[in-house]
Amino acid sequence: MSVSAVFLLDLKGKVLICRNYKGDVDMAEIDHFLPLLMQEEEDGLLSPVLLHGSVHFLWIKHSNLYLVATTNKNSNASLVYAFLYKLVEVFTEYFKELEEESIQDNFVVVYELLDELMDFGFPQTTDSKILQEYITQEGTKLEVAKSKVPTTVTNAVSWRSEGIKYKKNEVFIDVIESINVLVNANGSVMSSDIVGSIKLKTMLSGMPELRLGLNDRVLFALTGRDKGKTVTMEDVKFHQCVRLSRFESDRTISFIPPDGESELMSYRINTHVKPLIWIESVIEKFSHSRVEIMVKGGKEFLMRAHFGLPSVENDELEGRPPITVNFEIPYFTVSGIQVRYMKIIEKSGYQALPWVRYITQSGGKQLNIFI
Amino acid sequence: SVNTQYFIFELKAELNSDKKEKKKEAVKKVIASMTVGKDVSALFPDVVNCMQTDNLELKKLVYLYLMNYAKSQPDMAIMAVNTFVKDCEDPNPLIRALAVRTMGCIRVDKITEYLCEPLRKCLKDEDPYVRKTAAVCVAKLHDINAQLVEDQGFLDTLKDLISDSNPMVVANAVAALSEIAESHPNSNLLDLNPQSINKLLTALNECTEWGQIFILDCLANYTPRDDRESQSICERVTPRLSHANSAVVLSAVKVLMKFMEMLPKDLDYYGTLLKKLAPPLVTLLSAEPELQYVALRNINLIVQKRPEILKHEMKVFFVKYNDPIYVKLEKLDIMIRLASQANIAQVLAELKEYATEVDVDFVRKAVRAIGRCAIKVEQSAERCVSTLLDLIQTKVNYVVQEAIVVIKDIFRKYPNKYESVIATLCENLDSLDEPEARAAMIWIVGEYAERIDNADELLESFLEGFHDESTQVQLQLLTAIVKLFLKKPTETQELVQQVLSLATQDSDNPDLRDRGYIYWRLLSTDPVAAKEVVLAEKPLISEETDLIEPTLLEELICHIGTLASVYHKPPSAFVEGSRGVQHKRIPIRSGSSESQDTGGAPGATEAPAAVIPSQGDLLGDLLNLDLTPPTSTAGAPPGPPMPMGGMDLLGGGLDSLMGSGFGAPAAVMPSSLNAPVGGGLGDLFDLGGGVGMPMGTFVPPKTLWLPAMKGKGLEIMGTFARRAGVIQMEMTLTNKAMSVMTDFAIQFNRNSFGLAPAGPLQVPTPLSPNQTIDVSLPLNNGGPVMKMEPLNNLQDPCVKKGFYFVCSRFK
Repeated sequence: MSVSAVFLLDLKGKVLICRNYKGDVDMAEIDHFLPLLMQEEEDGLLSPVLLHGSVHFLWIKHSNLYLVATTNKNSNASLVYAFLYKLVEVFTEYFKELEEESIQDNFVVVYELLDELMDFGFPQTTDSKILQEYITQEGTKLEVAKSKVPTTVTNAVSWRSEGIKYKKNEVFIDVIESINVLVNANGSVMSSDIVGSIKLKTMLSGMPELRLGLNDRVLFALTGRDKGKTVTMEDVKFHQCVRLSRFESDRTISFIPPDGESELMSYRINTHVKPLIWIESVIEKFSHSRVEIMVKGGKEFLMRAHFGLPSVENDELEGRPPITVNFEIPYFTVSGIQVRYMKIIEKSGYQALPWVRYITQSGGKQLNIFI
Repeated sequence: SVNTQYFIFELKAELNSDKKEKKKEAVKKVIASMTVGKDVSALFPDVVNCMQTDNLELKKLVYLYLMNYAKSQPDMAIMAVNTFVKDCEDPNPLIRALAVRTMGCIRVDKITEYLCEPLRKCLKDEDPYVRKTAAVCVAKLHDINAQLVEDQGFLDTLKDLISDSNPMVVANAVAALSEIAESHPNSNLLDLNPQSINKLLTALNECTEWGQIFILDCLANYTPRDDRESQSICERVTPRLSHANSAVVLSAVKVLMKFMEMLPKDLDYYGTLLKKLAPPLVTLLSAEPELQYVALRNINLIVQKRPEILKHEMKVFFVKYNDPIYVKLEKLDIMIRLASQANIAQVLAELKEYATEVDVDFVRKAVRAIGRCAIKVEQSAERCVSTLLDLIQTKVNYVVQEAIVVIKDIFRKYPNKYESVIATLCENLDSLDEPEARAAMIWIVGEYAERIDNADELLESFLEGFHDESTQVQLQLLTAIVKLFLKKPTETQELVQQVLSLATQDSDNPDLRDRGYIYWRLLSTDPVAAKEVVLAEKPLISEETDLIEPTLLEELICHIGTLASVYHKPPSAFVEGSRGVQHKRIPIRSGSSESQDTGGAPGATEAPAAVIPSQGDLLGDLLNLDLTPPTSTAGAPPGPPMPMGGMDLLGGGLDSLMGSGFGAPAAVMPSSLNAPVGGGLGDLFDLGGGVGMPMGTFVPPKTLWLPAMKGKGLEIMGTFARRAGVIQMEMTLTNKAMSVMTDFAIQFNRNSFGLAPAGPLQVPTPLSPNQTIDVSLPLNNGGPVMKMEPLNNLQDPCVKKGFYFVCSRFK
């Protein structure tokens, strides 16, 4: 069910660092990984799982690295990928950038982390904030203060340490929405949805209990209130800290937040959205060596571009990459979602201020260029 | 080399330095060299000497070194044992845990015995961090020495940890027990009962995301006692669907999909649960591409098991420009599975766009998908065909070829409807260079030879390079020309003779030769029968293609999220040593009538292949030759038994059929081939189930169908026979188990021939140990038909092998 070993490879397939967790797969098997990958890529059959004999390679790519897990059992594949991405997250928090050089420069810490993050193929503590309390870059001297396992590691609240102190208690709430619109070549909207997330920057002392109130339609229906505009969230995903069974029973979002920055929740809304920005484009091919692309943007912009091209033509069909539009609209959410309240209760009874910001961003907006 | 020796020598000195900092730096250098693959095992004693230190980082490095080299130096590794044992009693829990964790990773037998006492203490440690580490260590030790773990009673201690007050300890204990149970499938280690389940569900709310996955995966192995318990577990698992970690979500989906089966379908809660499953599945598609891929492979299973969950979610499977190819292909597959009359217009519009993309593999699959739509949604067939014709007009080579392959299937699904497009297809004959497309085109020409004026020319053009063609094309060409000959005998005698001789004399391929001989013999002995057989009406193909066989689907549902669900193969197919492991099954609601879901495939044809009524004189008429047909052909032809030998192969039939001037090809047929040809033909007619060809019935000897090891002690040998016009399944059942067997039942999976039991299975019970009995089960072919992989073989009656037939669910 679990992973046998984890490897970090450079783009040439050379092992930078690895950890053998179970010893049931020959570590030399990794030599087959890159040739296999290249073969599959050539055949156009590339898949996130490669098989060599009885060894399965589950891999992801991050900057100039491959992160590969091997197994010869019927492992939980989604767990393995989620873990590999978690590795990326933890290493990135430790080294700012995760790439070949940062691995080579920090191999001692990487070994230490690999030892702590997984045991016998089972993922263990993977919260980088907590890890940083007892796996430090400088090396730990066995002084009394640091010789303890942070109780957080095995606490039910495994994401927040005790004894955090701030002079001024504040929490910043960012509601960020992005719109995904799929438009076909005829200009009609095929599908659209809103993906939103609520991010927190928590600067609160002690172990505060927070409750977040949104204008959630299901909640309003449950409580029988009907005040103003509500939104229907199609699906909601929460950070580990939110009490899921509580939300399931009465739609209350209650939690003890992680310290500092975190994503509290994400949601998806399936409403039909009119594209905020509309773009048309025309490509004209005048001759072998001149192409004109005209892009007409929603309200203000018109771009006309000429390309003088070498008169060599490609036999192959040209792709029609979509035009991606990046934009950001502050103080506005498309869905109309609102933070109605954020209640903060801590046993010391301090007053804390919640600050809310709304932002709408471009998501995976897609437009096909009309030829 | 000298350099390396010097390097080692220098490190040795540094490792033995008095200065702590220098020591630590030296160990770092050793680890660095180890990391880049240098052999630093020579430094073993020196590194181990550094083990006793109060510097945690240094200790970790030394432990790391030990894990790597202990196996190659087992005797030296013993040196480290004392320090390990001491560290396991260190006041610092970090060190205790580190020691017990590392000791478990040193896979040296001699060390394991020293591990037992420290491990026992750590399992009862006051600090949960140490206990959770010790729990995993039991699994490690079990992997090295299972007997030791059992003798020491560690398994019981591990089971006790399921009731630990700390959720992380519970989660790791569950993970360790599951791991151990995997290698001991019958050990009943995870003795799950309502009390322990309750403990797990409580820990589920409090442990880390990974712990939640261990617990959910473990829960999925439990069989609830009744629907009430099933519902209460579902209710407590459902909140996990809102977890941000995709793996938690998929494991929760697994538990729900499995336990749902036990709920009464008319229960309100059942409907609620169905509705709750869709949104999280859709959200999985916004995860990282690899996780999306796993999700899509699983959604593919879920859609087959419970199509109602995602039937309104078609749009989310529309392909995005920047999706990786593996995601695109999976989405396409699910789109087809969800296609229905309600959404077909949208689907087709999308597919048409995909077919103009640049990625060849994706385009091919999109074209195929259009064909599958036509077959699945009858109302859309016309639109699909015209879309395919548009695509053929693009003249993009691989698009044309794919289109022709799918149009062949459309013809088979809707006979006599779209043949007007044949002319367009024929125009593209020359551009076809892939075997599958060539074979499809040849099949079309042969099948509709009477409508294609120059069919003989077209087929003849393929004949030139006959031996360079792939087997698939050769077989199709042979059949197509025989069809052509039976339809237009006068102009094509030479052609048929040519192909028969190419197939039987010049080919090394036994399949091709056999098929050639069968046709030859058919044509020569009984042209009427030949026509009945070769031009028989084909069974319609079913709507759904590529469906996973129901028992496998059930098993895969139990493995949601795992590699098995990604490969769509049972774990026994790719995990070594798992042969004897029980296949997972979904528990069925007791007293439920819905367990018979293997039958009644939607859209499966009901009637078996209907055979064209015997028209004895027709052939003679067609031939327009002045001769009498070789046999009297009024009605069914109860003629003399067919000779089994090969001497008559070129006998009067073909000769007289052809009239004078037609020299029989001088085929030299090795005598050893005779019997198989006869036998194969025998099979052939039996299978046809309607062409009442009287002949010595050939019953193949019984073969082993189910070894006792797989059948929980029941061994089954069997064969099929045709007795008095009834197909019989004849079996010898042997009880090789220690206990008496009762209550036999049999269920047939859908199969290519629509075979189903004509009555219940009668087994005189009880069957005592070592007792053997013969039973015979009459069959008819009124069951549902499912298209199976070797269908090509079935289209023409030249099947000798490939009798695909699955019997399952012996209870």
